[in-house]
Amino acid sequence: MHSNYQPFLLRLLGNSRWVGYAVALTVICILIPVLNLAVPEDSALHLSDYTVSLLGKILCYAMVALAMDLVWGYTGILSLGHGIFFALGGYAFGMYLMREAADAGSQLPNFMVFLDWHEYPWYWAGSDSFIFTLLLVVLAPGLLAFIFGWFAFRSRIKGVYFSIITQALTYAFMLLFFRNETGFGGNNGFTDFKTILGIPIATAETRIVLFALSGLALLAMLWMSHRIVESKFGRVLTAIRDAESRVMFSGYNPLHYKLAIWTLSAMMCGVAGALYVPQVGIINPSEMSPANSIEIAIWTAVGGRGTLIGPLIGAGAVTALKSWFTASFPEYWLYFLGGLFIVVTLYMPQGVMGLGKKLLGKKS
Amino acid sequence: MNGQENMTTDDGYVSGSHLLQPGVLDTSHGVVLYLDDVTVSFDGFRALNKLSFSVDVGELRCIIGPNGAGKTTMMDSITGKTRPDSGSLFFGQTLDLTRMSEAEIAQAGIGRKFQKPTVFEQHTVFENLELALKCDKRIWHSLFGKLTGQQRDAIDEIMNTIVLQELANSRAGLLSHGQKQWLEIGMLLAQQPQLLLLDEPVAGMTDHETERTAELLNTLAGKHSIVVVEHDMDFVASIARKVTVLHEGSVLAEGDMATVQSNEQVIEVYLGR
Ligand SMILES: Nc1ncnc2c1ncn2[C@@H]1O[C@H](COP(=O)(O)OP(=O)(O)OP(=O)(O)O)[C@@H](O)[C@H]1O
Ligand SMILES: [Mg+2]
Repeated sequence: MHSNYQPFLLRLLGNSRWVGYAVALTVICILIPVLNLAVPEDSALHLSDYTVSLLGKILCYAMVALAMDLVWGYTGILSLGHGIFFALGGYAFGMYLMREAADAGSQLPNFMVFLDWHEYPWYWAGSDSFIFTLLLVVLAPGLLAFIFGWFAFRSRIKGVYFSIITQALTYAFMLLFFRNETGFGGNNGFTDFKTILGIPIATAETRIVLFALSGLALLAMLWMSHRIVESKFGRVLTAIRDAESRVMFSGYNPLHYKLAIWTLSAMMCGVAGALYVPQVGIINPSEMSPANSIEIAIWTAVGGRGTLIGPLIGAGAVTALKSWFTASFPEYWLYFLGGLFIVVTLYMPQGVMGLGKKLLGKKS
Repeated sequence: MNGQENMTTDDGYVSGSHLLQPGVLDTSHGVVLYLDDVTVSFDGFRALNKLSFSVDVGELRCIIGPNGAGKTTMMDSITGKTRPDSGSLFFGQTLDLTRMSEAEIAQAGIGRKFQKPTVFEQHTVFENLELALKCDKRIWHSLFGKLTGQQRDAIDEIMNTIVLQELANSRAGLLSHGQKQWLEIGMLLAQQPQLLLLDEPVAGMTDHETERTAELLNTLAGKHSIVVVEHDMDFVASIARKVTVLHEGSVLAEGDMATVQSNEQVIEVYLGR
C-alpha cells in the first residue's frame, strides 16, 4: 500500500497500529514503573503497589481473553473451559516456585510432608529447572488441548455440545486437583512463594518486573494474533466459523486448522497463568472452576468478539468492575455478571468495540 | 499433490501412462465418475436405492427428478459428506471416493456447488476466490504463503467471467442471490476441478442471469466434466446433451431431452405427483 520512497519513520507513523504498540510499550516499561517506584508515595501521581498488581492481573487476563477470541471470535468455537489451560500454566510455574521455596529449607513442600511423602513424585521431575518449567508452562496446556481437540474436532463435535464438554473438562480437572494425593497441594494449592531464580519475590522491584514482562507478553501475543488473523490462515479460520462445509469442499481440512488455533490458544493461556501466579502469590483449583471459564468468555463478549483490541478492553473493564464490586457488595457480583452477559448477548453482539464503532459512525 | 501436477496436462487430465498412481486421477478409459449400486439409507428410508450411472470425460450431464428423488443425496455421497451403506463410487478408474475425506475429494478435483448458495459472507468477493483457489491448502502455506501475480490474474479472470469484478472488495454477504450463485460457481472454477457438481445453479436467478449461466456452462463443457441438477426444464433443455432422470433413489430413464420427455414412466412420475 505504501510507496517505497516514504521515509521509514513516516511510514511508521502512518501506520497507527505501530504507534499504538510504541505507546503501549512506553507505558508498560517506563511510565508505570516510574510512577510506582520513583514518584514519592505522597504524590498524587504515585501508583500504589495494589494498583500495579491489579494492572498486572488484568494484563494476564487480557492474554486469556485474546486467546479466547482467536478460537471463539475468529473460529466460532466457544470454549467454556479455557480456565484449565490458564491454571495448568499457573501450576507448572507454581511447581518451580514451590520447589525453590522448599529447597531453601532443604525439605519437601509442606503438603507433601503432611502426606508423609519422602521424595518428589515422578511428575515433579524437572520442576527445579527454570528452562524446563518455561517449556512445561506451554507444553502442559498445549498437550492437553491437542489431545482433547483432536478427539473432539475429529468427531466433529460442535457448538453447544463442544462448549459443555469443555466445561466438563475443566470441572473434572478441578476435582482431580482438589485431591491431596494428586500431589499439587489439594484445595490449598501452591502459596508462600519465596524467590524466582533466587531473587526475592515479594519486593516492589520484582513486582514491577513481572508486571512489565506481562505487558511485553501481551504485546507479543497481540502482534502474533494480528499476523495470524491477517494471513490466509486467519481467513480460513473465519471461513470455518461462517461456512465450514464450504471450507471442506474447497479442499481444506478444518480439523488441522481448528486444532492448530485451539492448541495455540491454550498455550497462550498457559503463559498468562505462569505470569499470573507469581504476581498474586497463589494458585489453587478454584482457578479451574466452571464459573471462572465462563467469566473468560464474558470478557471476550463484553469487549467484542472478532476484534483483537476488544477482548483486552473487556478483560480490563470486567476485572476492574469486579474488584470494585467484591469490595463494596460481594454477594451481588455473580448476579451482575450474569446480567451483564445477557445484556451484551442481546443488545451488543459486537461488545464495546461494536458500540464504539456505532457511536463513531453516527457522529461522522 | 506434486505428483499429480507432474502427471497432468494443462487441462488436468492424466496423459499417457496407465500406471496405477495412488491419489492421481486416471480417466484413460474415458469415464470420470462411476457409481455402481450405491445405496444410502436414513433410518431405513432409502434415499438412494442401488443407484448406478457414469459420467464421461468432458460431458455435461443434467440430472432431473421430482423433489426427494435423491439428487442432493447423490452429490453428498460423491463428495464424501454422506457415506453410502453399500455400492462403489469411483472418480476416474482408481480413486475410491468412499475411502476419501471431503477435503481429499475436493483436492483430487471434484468441486461442488450447494443447493443453497454457500459463500463466505464475511469475506470479500476477492477473498472468497482466493480461499477457493487451487494451491497448497495446508496450514503452513496458509500462514506464510503469498499470492503470486499469476494467481491474482487467475482470480481477476474468474471475476470477469462471473461479472463480479466491480464488486471485488465488497463483502459476499451483500451480494444478490444470483450473484452469490455465480460467486460460488466462480469459487469452483478457482479450484480448477476436473468434475463440477452443480446443485440447482439457477434457482432464484432472473431470466437474464439464467441465460448467462447456461452460456457459461456451455463454454465450460468439454474443458470440465459437469453434472447439473436442475428443476428448471427450459434451462436443462438449453444446456443438456444427455439427461438422467432420478426417481426414488434410482435411475428411471436416461437419454437426450426428447427421448426422456416422451418416456411414459417419466411422464407418470412428473404428472402423478
Ligand atoms: N440427513 C437426512 N436425514 C434423513 N432423511 C434425509 C436426509 N437427507 C435427505 N433425506 C431424505 O432423502 C430423500 C432424498 O433427499 P434429497 O435431498 O437427496 O432429494 P432431492 O432430489 O435433492 O430433492 P430436491 O429436489 O427437493 O432438492 C428425501 O426424502 C429426504 O427427506
Ligand atoms: Mg436437492
